[in-house]
Amino acid sequence: MNLRGNHALLTRANPLAKFVAVFLISLVLALSIDWVSASTALVAELVLFPLAGLTIRLLWQRAWPLIIAAAIGGWSTAIVAADSGAVLLDVGLWSISEGSLQLGLGFMLRGLAIALPAILLMSCTDPTDLADALAQKAKLPHRFVLGSLAAMRLVGLMAEEWQTIGMARRARGVGSQGSPIQRLKATLGQSFGLLVQAVRRASRLAVTMEARGFGGGQRTWARESTYSLLDVWVVVGGVAIAGGAVLTALGAGTWSFVWR
Amino acid sequence: MPATHSGTVRPAAITAEGWGWRHAGRAQPAIQGLDLRIEPGERVLLLGPSGAGKSTLLHALAGVLGDEEDDSDETGSLLVDGVSPRGQRGRAGLMQQDPETQVVLSRVGDDVAFGAENLAVPRDEIWSRVHEALDDVGLRTAAGGGLALEHPTAALSGGQKQRLALAGILAMRPGLILLDEPTANLDPAGVLEVRDAVGRCLDKTGATLVVVEHRVSVWKDLVDRIVVLQPGSIATGPGAGTPGVLLDGPPDQVLTEARDMLVAAGVWVPGYVPATRERVREAGTNELLLAAQDLAVSREKPRRKGFRTIPPVPAQKDITAQVRAGMALTVTGPNGAGKSTFALTLAGLLAPVDGAVSAGVGLSEGAGIDPYKWKADQLISRIGTVFQEPEHQFVTGKVLDELMFGPKHLGHGEERVDELVERLRLSHLVDANPYTLSGGEKRRLSVATVLAAHPKVLVLDEPTFGQDANTWAELASFLSELLDAGTAVVSVTHDQEFSAVLGGTELRLGPVSQGETTHQEAGAA
Repeated sequence: MNLRGNHALLTRANPLAKFVAVFLISLVLALSIDWVSASTALVAELVLFPLAGLTIRLLWQRAWPLIIAAAIGGWSTAIVAADSGAVLLDVGLWSISEGSLQLGLGFMLRGLAIALPAILLMSCTDPTDLADALAQKAKLPHRFVLGSLAAMRLVGLMAEEWQTIGMARRARGVGSQGSPIQRLKATLGQSFGLLVQAVRRASRLAVTMEARGFGGGQRTWARESTYSLLDVWVVVGGVAIAGGAVLTALGAGTWSFVWR
Repeated sequence: MPATHSGTVRPAAITAEGWGWRHAGRAQPAIQGLDLRIEPGERVLLLGPSGAGKSTLLHALAGVLGDEEDDSDETGSLLVDGVSPRGQRGRAGLMQQDPETQVVLSRVGDDVAFGAENLAVPRDEIWSRVHEALDDVGLRTAAGGGLALEHPTAALSGGQKQRLALAGILAMRPGLILLDEPTANLDPAGVLEVRDAVGRCLDKTGATLVVVEHRVSVWKDLVDRIVVLQPGSIATGPGAGTPGVLLDGPPDQVLTEARDMLVAAGVWVPGYVPATRERVREAGTNELLLAAQDLAVSREKPRRKGFRTIPPVPAQKDITAQVRAGMALTVTGPNGAGKSTFALTLAGLLAPVDGAVSAGVGLSEGAGIDPYKWKADQLISRIGTVFQEPEHQFVTGKVLDELMFGPKHLGHGEERVDELVERLRLSHLVDANPYTLSGGEKRRLSVATVLAAHPKVLVLDEPTFGQDANTWAELASFLSELLDAGTAVVSVTHDQEFSAVLGGTELRLGPVSQGETTHQEAGAA
């Protein structure tokens, strides 16, 4: 969950500014179901990827489940949506028409265009900086923000712990073999073991934090979360992508609100 | 230049008068009737058997014990500088045993700053304190790792994590430093790292120290007073009803005058190795039970890339070793040499990356040659593995169920449980929840549960970490009995005295990066 040596331009922007930009884009894209606005936003996002230190390879590594999900979503929409226009393919129950293909394409592009900004945000934002911004700039309660941040660090530990508990339980005779029901039981037991360890770790961590004075009223911040000119550009960029997507779609006459 | 600590740290005084504490949901108090006065700047080593309430006392001093609303009970008074510790944030700093939970944030500098931030120290001063604290604990010297402020905390060793925690404590400028078994989870090098860092910081700040630790020799020269507590939670035990403090005085005096008493209480008195049962049949039957041939081991699974399978980078490779009936095999080596990974692979819990583990005819008994392919119930009646953390292996909510679990699955061996309960002193605990036991009790239980399935090979990962001398001696004697009875014992350990009791052979794993591998020395232990 760290930036692993990513020094791209957008890593220096305030996480809150990035968050606002991403929010604007997602909001606008959630309003319409046409393919023009989605593809406009998508093209703009792909152009901006290098600024977040991302490459197509990295993108695929981090987001392949989302990309595949978007493709499957688009494909199923194309198959099952009501036909309109010329029918391109007809296999019994399933048929693909120009209209349903357009809908499916729009669906897929939209999924990607909404998901990518979030991935972009996560790739160029350090969780600690995000927490600083949320607490200092967005004025969210610091107990909540820092508590979540500390808990997130434990999530990584839990992955290791899961493997160890799995082995430790096998050494007690709880097998991962057998019928599906037995396996389910074994997995539930292992999850319980993990839960116990997670609670233990969390309570020890809570003691550590409390013993370091956490939870009081007044608090200072060693890292000041600041805005710079770059953040203005980030927000302007967000507005431009969101606005550009709407205007292009309106110009092309494809804009249609989801509720209509 | 940052200001020095010495000008700003005011050492804390501790007064306990008839103090006691009962945790919510417990019938008996963890500690009771404690009368104790610790002067500012004193350095106290707190000793006592498991269950004497040492951790409870430290938590109370740190002001992190319970709330008014839960149903725990406090008796008498416990004061720091004449005031209840609960309201004094930052007056005391506490370090606990598990290094993973002593780190709060993901970057070294941020983690050290965390406490000072919570105390509302101005930003500029926080950073000067952070720099100073990191220097003081020796994390910035080349030998200590030369860590930058941005260094990820996840990449630190156990000893480094504990020193980082100490830095975080120092940055708060506390008058009282509380260490709760700070080195119990560390290897010998890590133990010294942490001990020396604590010593330097105390010399500089003059803060009061209270440390809880079984291993007296580590702390003896650093403290100027030893306090021994009575067990408080066991109502029927020898200490029931007596005042909390058993002994109190300068280290040498306490250690000479009360040597026998401390030994009886399970304290690791310097220069004393607890008496253990001698091995009588060193040689064993010599039957080959398990063999590792050119083994490469890793916790990682192979990755798939397209149609190719990429094996993980091994933690250790080219290991060749044999496990024979009635023989002990001790696995030693520096941190990161893949000792535990090797033991887990040998025990059929991890798949070998390369090479093979094969079971002898006497062990496999028709189950096939590869332990990793055995079904769980086939495995437990052949190879028993005791993990470093006993809680990882608890699968039920009651000590007795825990012990019966293996035999029930196998359909035999339930009669053996009574004997194990008796032998490992678990009789008074059979109805308790395993998670509520003390560290020593958990260790004994985890060994008993694995042995209930009557395996021919027993594999133990650091079985003596953090154990008091009594548990240690019991465990070592018990294993020596098992060895004489023909069980093979494989243990991963840094504990030379422990491997000396078990005898047998030592397998030393070298650092894997140097390409140097391993050799098995006959009779080295």
